[in-house]
Amino acid sequence: MIDAVVALLRKELLLELRAPQAVPAMALFSITTLVVFHFALQRATVAGDLAAGVLMVTLLFASMLGIGRLFAADHEEGGLEAFLLAPVDRSALLFAKTTALFAFLVLLELIAVPAFAVLLLGPSPSAGALARLVVVLLLADAGIAIVGTLVGAIAVQTRARDLLVPLLGLPLLIPVVICAAKASAPLLAGGGAATLAARWPLVLGLYDLVFALLAYALFDYLVED
Amino acid sequence: MLYGTRLRALAIVTAVVLTGGFALAFFQAPMDADQGFMQKIFYLHVPMAMVALCGFVFGAYWAIRHLRSGDRGHDLRAYVAIHLSLILGAGVLITGSIWARASWGHWWVWDEPTLVSFLIVFLLYATYQPLRFSIEDPEKQARYASVFAIVAGAFVPLNFLAVRLAQAYTHPRVFASSTGGLPGSMKPAFYLCLLGMILLFATLWRYEMASKNTSMQLRSLRRKLGGEEALTPRGRTAAPTM
Repeated sequence: MIDAVVALLRKELLLELRAPQAVPAMALFSITTLVVFHFALQRATVAGDLAAGVLMVTLLFASMLGIGRLFAADHEEGGLEAFLLAPVDRSALLFAKTTALFAFLVLLELIAVPAFAVLLLGPSPSAGALARLVVVLLLADAGIAIVGTLVGAIAVQTRARDLLVPLLGLPLLIPVVICAAKASAPLLAGGGAATLAARWPLVLGLYDLVFALLAYALFDYLVED
Repeated sequence: MLYGTRLRALAIVTAVVLTGGFALAFFQAPMDADQGFMQKIFYLHVPMAMVALCGFVFGAYWAIRHLRSGDRGHDLRAYVAIHLSLILGAGVLITGSIWARASWGHWWVWDEPTLVSFLIVFLLYATYQPLRFSIEDPEKQARYASVFAIVAGAFVPLNFLAVRLAQAYTHPRVFASSTGGLPGSMKPAFYLCLLGMILLFATLWRYEMASKNTSMQLRSLRRKLGGEEALTPRGRTAAPTM
């Protein structure tokens, strides 16, 4: 099981390294979205809940691109059939894809969050606020990665892949947006003690856990053929 | 399974209970002190919302059974349940909007968690039909739709939790235990309306199942009589086919 996951994950990352597709597209899209926000909101800087909203919308929409591409290569080149022939647990594909998507999202944020701080963010958050923001974003990434893998696996089998990924993914991810935006709003407000109410990371963790279990239970039915 | 049996009796009971429930709501239940007559929409809106949400979970139940057994009939049951709940859901959003306009002066109120959660759930389930429609292989369509129905069924309570935490408590809490809640004099009418709405869902569900089963049986009989060419081409559909 572990070997299969490592092999599949290695394949994903190697593919992205040799012919970068998902991460550059997501990063470029996120920076363009920040520029769009600058003109659409007509503001030079944002802070507080507006900043949290802009950041979450940018990351969420950029992640939709990555989710849409996640299974595309396997589907088109016959990788899924080859995987099904291999005598390994099908959940291995779920773990590998989720981890790969999680890694892509972290890479995206390594580019998009500094860009956001430079381009739009008014107050500069303290080191403590930044650390809390990282925790919130990692929990949100886990949720997006899990739900995204499920949605990507469903959407790749349909004839309207690019249409269905946001249609299915965005409503499913609204709880993540709520928690992440609520949690990061005080962290991006600047000023004194930026606190993180414990319930938002807790709800995010609960969401991640429930959907991880669901994905584990249901993924086998999505790669059957 | 024959869904047509006792359908007429069920329909009559439904009509009687619903009419009785609304009659009680209009004539026997007391007028609300703040909202006056507009509060009567509560007897339609709340039972409809509860039945729609339970219908989604009912659909998830059949979806689980479909995945466990591979019986496509279960997929049909899930499909009909979700389809009906979507129709009820549209009714919930409209009546909720009317009620919000009457009691708060706005057609849409964002700081009302129950209505907002319901909208999100509705938007999610609204993709059920496009998802089915875009998968051509019927067996695969059934399997993927079931996975979606289960994920969405589990999403319902999580979503309500997240939205409720995020917002102030302004929605009239029907079953709040500490403050207010439903006055005793409104209870009989409300429970009768709820029962009527449940019966309405059951009747419509069985009616739709009977109709789908009959048309499928008719199709297979036609095929036996005249072969494949006697059948009219079905065209692509979101509904399950056998």
